[in-house]
Amino acid sequence: MRSDDFLSRNISSLTHALESVISAEDLCHAPGLLQGLDARVKVATVVLFIVVVGLVHSLPMLAGILVLILCFGLLSKIPLGLFLKRILVFIPIFTAVIAIPALFITPGDPLATVGSRVIITEQGARTAGLLVLRVTDSLSFGILLVLTTRWTSILAALRWFHVPSVFVTVLGMTYRYIFLLLHTANSMFLARRSRSLGTFSARENRRWLGQALGTTMAKAHQLSEDVYLAMLSRGYRDEGLALNDLALRRRDFLWAAFALATASMLLWSNWL
Amino acid sequence: MHIPDGYLSPATAGIMYGAAAPFWYVASMRVRQVLTGRTVPVLALFAAFSFVVMMFNIPLPGGTTGHAVGGTLLAITLGPWAAVIGVSVVLGIQALFFGDGGLMAFGANCFNMAIVLPLVGYFVYKVLSANSEATSTRRLVAAVLASYIALAAAALFAAIEFGLQPHFFHAADGTPLYCPYDLSEALPAMMIGHLLVACPIEALATGLVFAFLQRTHSSLIKADVPAKKEGKVWLLWGALGLVALATPIGLLASGTAWGEWGVDELGELGLGFIPSGLERFAEWWPAPLPDYSFARMGAVIGYILSAFVGIALVAILLWLFGRLLIRKGRDLPTEQSPSGRDAPV
Repeated sequence: MRSDDFLSRNISSLTHALESVISAEDLCHAPGLLQGLDARVKVATVVLFIVVVGLVHSLPMLAGILVLILCFGLLSKIPLGLFLKRILVFIPIFTAVIAIPALFITPGDPLATVGSRVIITEQGARTAGLLVLRVTDSLSFGILLVLTTRWTSILAALRWFHVPSVFVTVLGMTYRYIFLLLHTANSMFLARRSRSLGTFSARENRRWLGQALGTTMAKAHQLSEDVYLAMLSRGYRDEGLALNDLALRRRDFLWAAFALATASMLLWSNWL
Repeated sequence: MHIPDGYLSPATAGIMYGAAAPFWYVASMRVRQVLTGRTVPVLALFAAFSFVVMMFNIPLPGGTTGHAVGGTLLAITLGPWAAVIGVSVVLGIQALFFGDGGLMAFGANCFNMAIVLPLVGYFVYKVLSANSEATSTRRLVAAVLASYIALAAAALFAAIEFGLQPHFFHAADGTPLYCPYDLSEALPAMMIGHLLVACPIEALATGLVFAFLQRTHSSLIKADVPAKKEGKVWLLWGALGLVALATPIGLLASGTAWGEWGVDELGELGLGFIPSGLERFAEWWPAPLPDYSFARMGAVIGYILSAFVGIALVAILLWLFGRLLIRKGRDLPTEQSPSGRDAPV
């Protein structure tokens, strides 16, 4: 039971990782608001919005931004259920759990008291709310970018922003080989599971896992040599080129203007 | 330890990008020199491997599972600078596709996990495994200890970054604007969890994989034996400097925190009650305000001094431990195999 549990948990986490990325690729091609924009403009405006979320200190404003993000998502044909699942699963919930002690230990004006003891302070409630909303808002902007932009376009945008080519090329290749290595690892788990009868102790499982990881590492090493030779034979000369499909259109300028106006308005009302 | 956006102020996030930038620059320069044309595929494949390592659930005693980071393993097999780029790339993909770590906090996450972790891990591994055979037990022990210490160091940096937030960024009414926990809360919370759970998982995973590589692919371990001695010494001091850099920041903030916890202030903040023990303690405490800053300066100097003594002690202990192990290794007659003697040339 135990070993079965361990194996299926690993298989499911590996498969889940694969699926969540693959499902993201489909949405990039949907005819939506954000899909039609240039990747450079999208990357820049998303970064701008994330910084604004970091600078805004008002709870209603942060909640308003979340509503705005959900609207962007709907206009970009992202199914609300999927979007909410990707936004809310794990990180904001995890943050909420982390924020709970802050309700009680932050010194400040009492919000709820039992007897003579302060239970929750106003400052504590505000700081917890700020943390959870900020995390959710920033995360949602990132997810919005990834769900609506092709990976190659993001890479091309990064190159345009002068991120060193070593990083961009490695980033691009890593993304491809993650799939291959996840498949390899997944196959190893399935192969073991299909040949296993009975149960294994945690100790045996750990030993096997060490071997599986070690084998994957050795395979990765071997593969890197093969890939290098293949690249050389195709004329690789130490410089990777990102496929460039970037083109600025009128709607990109409109979107940039809208983003700048929204960001300035939010910051202006925040500092009022 | 992947810090999401919202925990750190934009100013801190910016500073952390600035702190990571020179390391990224040096790493990309060094990696180009060492690996030449092979840079891209080797880094990509090992970064992909590191990503896969993070997906594996490792069964722990007691029925639970946990996942490892693998940064030290990458530093050991590829060298520290390649690991800097490799782990940075993995963190970038995790932040983008899985929301694991924020985009604004990417600099901070890279500083902790892609810079501090592999550099510290590599340094400890090198010190402890100096002059040992690729397949020796000492090398295995060195890898395990290195991965434990490296993850703990990364967690320490993350805790300091969290802990500084409430001191520097709070509203007029005292509401912390970002991470609400100061150093006195963030440090134990992060360090206890990491020292007891996350670091042992990392050490276990590194140990398992390293032992397997020793048995079957020892060339992967030997592949990184550095030919240049100066590079190693430079790295050594670089890693120590990193640790030294962190101590004054922590001191500065914790000093402020303790100063704020006066009985009067607790009353003024509307806490409603003063613990009787604290009240009694306050009577003993003369708290002469003019002398306060002087006393604090004394404490700070004392702390800085003890911090440096601490660093020196740890360095000396590690060095002695390494020397002891080297001597032990040399005493073993089996280590004198002719094939393993050509590396240091």
